[in-house]
Amino acid sequence: MKSRWLILVLIVLAIALPWFFYDWGHHRHAGFLLSMLSQMGMMVILALSYNMLLGQAGLFSLCHATFFGIGGYAAIHLLNAAGTGDLPFPMEVMPLLAGLAGLALAILFGAMATKQRATAFAMITLGIGELMATAALMFHHFFGGEGGVTTNRMIENSLFGLTYSSGLQVYYLILAWTTLAAVLMYYLTLTPLGRMANATRDNFERAQFIGYDPRIVRFLQFALSGFFAGIGGGLYAITYEIVTFDALAAPLSANALLMAYIGGTTVFGGPILGAILITLLQSGVSLLSNSWLVYVGVMFIAMVIFAPTGLAGIVKAHGPIKHAGRMGSLLVPYLRLVIPSLGLLLGFIGLVELMSFLTIGAAQGKKLVLFGGSIDVNATLPWAISLGSFLLGGLWLRFEAAGFHRVWENLSAEVRR
Amino acid sequence: MTALSLRDVRKNFGATEIIRGVTLDIAPGERHCIIGPNGAGKTTCFNLISGRFPITSGEILLNGERIDTMPPHKINRMGLSRSFQITSIFQRMSVFENLRCALLWSRSYRYSFWSPLWRQKALNEAAEVLLEDLNLTARRDILAGLLSYAEQRALEIGMTIAGGASVVLLDEPTAGMSNTETDYAMALIRRVTHGKTLLMVEHDMKVVFDLADTITVLVYGQVIASGSPVDVRANRAVQEAYLGALEE
Repeated sequence: MKSRWLILVLIVLAIALPWFFYDWGHHRHAGFLLSMLSQMGMMVILALSYNMLLGQAGLFSLCHATFFGIGGYAAIHLLNAAGTGDLPFPMEVMPLLAGLAGLALAILFGAMATKQRATAFAMITLGIGELMATAALMFHHFFGGEGGVTTNRMIENSLFGLTYSSGLQVYYLILAWTTLAAVLMYYLTLTPLGRMANATRDNFERAQFIGYDPRIVRFLQFALSGFFAGIGGGLYAITYEIVTFDALAAPLSANALLMAYIGGTTVFGGPILGAILITLLQSGVSLLSNSWLVYVGVMFIAMVIFAPTGLAGIVKAHGPIKHAGRMGSLLVPYLRLVIPSLGLLLGFIGLVELMSFLTIGAAQGKKLVLFGGSIDVNATLPWAISLGSFLLGGLWLRFEAAGFHRVWENLSAEVRR
Repeated sequence: MTALSLRDVRKNFGATEIIRGVTLDIAPGERHCIIGPNGAGKTTCFNLISGRFPITSGEILLNGERIDTMPPHKINRMGLSRSFQITSIFQRMSVFENLRCALLWSRSYRYSFWSPLWRQKALNEAAEVLLEDLNLTARRDILAGLLSYAEQRALEIGMTIAGGASVVLLDEPTAGMSNTETDYAMALIRRVTHGKTLLMVEHDMKVVFDLADTITVLVYGQVIASGSPVDVRANRAVQEAYLGALEE
C-alpha cells in the first residue's frame, strides 16, 4: 500500500518540520511556522469532518462551523474550570470533551435537519448557522458577546507533565489529535454506517429498499461529524486561548466547504490537501497581498467549473495511466501548459494587485511592489502588460488545453483497453 | 396463508383514481406476472405494495400482516423486496460494495459504526458468492455506474434478492434488453428467485407465458382477469382489451 507510506511520511514530516526552522542562535522556534502548522491541524479536522457530510453522505451543510465553534466555547469554559482546580481533567482530554459538546449540539440540530435532504437540508442548516451566530452575540454569559471568552491554557494538569507554555507543545498536542481524528474518520468509512452513508448519497430510495432508513443514516453521520468538528474547535480554543463568534459563524462554514471541495470530496484524503493549501494561502499569501481572498474565490470557481473532483480527484484520475506505465506520454503535454498558464496567472495577479492598490494602497500612500520591482499604478504600461499577458495566456491556454484534452482522451482509451 | 394479498386497494392522485379496487392473492412460491397496456397502473401497484406511495383505501397484507401503513424500509425488513423499472443501484460505489450493502440489514449490522467491514468474513463471502451467481466477479471493483446496461440490471436483481426477502417484486426486469440478454436475464431470475414468491411486471409476452404460474391482467386500474396462462389466453375480455393484437 503506497498511500500508507505517504501517510507515514506526512506524519514524520509534520513532527520534524518545526525543527528545520529552529533558530539555534536564539534557541527559539519559528513562531509563525508553528502557528501556521497548528492552524492547519485544526482545519484538517474541520475539512475532513465536513466531508463526512458533503462527500460521503451527499449532505450540503452550511452550518458546520457551529459544531466547531461550540467545541471551542466548551473547551474555554472547561479550561477555566480546570484552571481553578474545579475540573480534574488533564489537558490532553480537553479536545475529547469539546468533541462531546459538538456531538450533543449536532444531535439536537441533526434531529431537525436530517429529516430532509438536498435543498431543504441546506436551507435548514443555513438557518441553524445564523441562529447560532446570533445566539453567540446575544447570550453573553456563555459566549461572551463580541469580545468572546478567554482562558489560560496553563492548567497544570497534564498526563505527560507538560505545561503547554510553548507553541511547540501545543502543536504536538494538535498533531496527535488531528492524526487520531483522521484515523477514526477513515475507520468510519469502513463500517456499515460509513458505507450506507455513501449508499444514501447515491440513491436514497434504493437504500430504503434494502432495509435502511436513510434519515437515521444521515442523522448518525451528521452527529458524528459534529463530534469531530467539536474536537477541532477544542484545539482552536487551546491554541488561541480565546474564542469569539468568528469560530462558529458563516464564513468558517464556507471555509470548511472551500477546503473540502478544493481538496476533493471524492477521495478521503482530499480535504486534508484542501485544508493545507487554503491555510498556506491564508497565512502565506495574506502577508503578501490584500487580495488573497480573491485568489481563493477564483480558485474555487475554477475548480467547480473545470475540476469538480478537486485536487485529489485530479491526482486519482491519473491512476489508470500511471498503472499502465504511460505517465511519460503526459510529460510534454503538461509542459506545454506551463507557459500559457503562467501568463494567464501572472496577468491576472497583476490586474488584481493593480486594481486593489489603486483603491486601497494608494490611499495609504504606499508604493506597490510587484514581482520584485516598484511599480507606478497610474502608468499605462503595467496595466497593458498585465492585460496582455492575461488575454494572451488565456487564449493560448485554451488552444493548448484542447490539445491536452485530445492526448488525455486517447491515452485513457488506450489504457482502458 | 397467502404470501401477499391486496384487498380492494385504491389509489387517487388528486381527483383521478389510478388504482380502482384491486384485489389479488398470491400464494407462497407462486410466480405471478402482471400484464396490461401502458398506463394501466402496473408500476403504481408496485409502488403501493412496496410502500413508495401510501394507498388511499384498502388493505395490503404480507404473510398475513398489514403493511400498507409502513414506510418502505420496514416493509423490506418484513421480507418484501423490489427492483425498479429504471435501474436503481448505487452508481458511485463498486459492484462489490453494492451487493455488500444490500446484505447488511438482513445480517443485522444495522447502523453499526464500530464493526470494521473488512473483518466480517461471512458477510464478505456472501457478497462474493452473489457476485459469482450474477456472473459479475470480473467486474467486482469497478463503479456500478460504469457497468453495461444489462450488467446493471443483473446487479439490481442481485441487490433485490440479497437480503433474503421471501417476496420479490421485479418491475420490467428485461425492458430494453436484446433477445440474448433477455434469455440470460430470465435464466438468472429463475435461478435466484428459486423457492421465493415472485411478482413481476413484464411486457414481453414470451417471457410472461414462459415463466408465470398465474397471470393477472390489469386495465385502467382494475383486474379484468386473473388465472393460469391457459385461462388468461382463452379469456375473451383479455383478448379484446389487450392480447387481441398479439393473437393475430
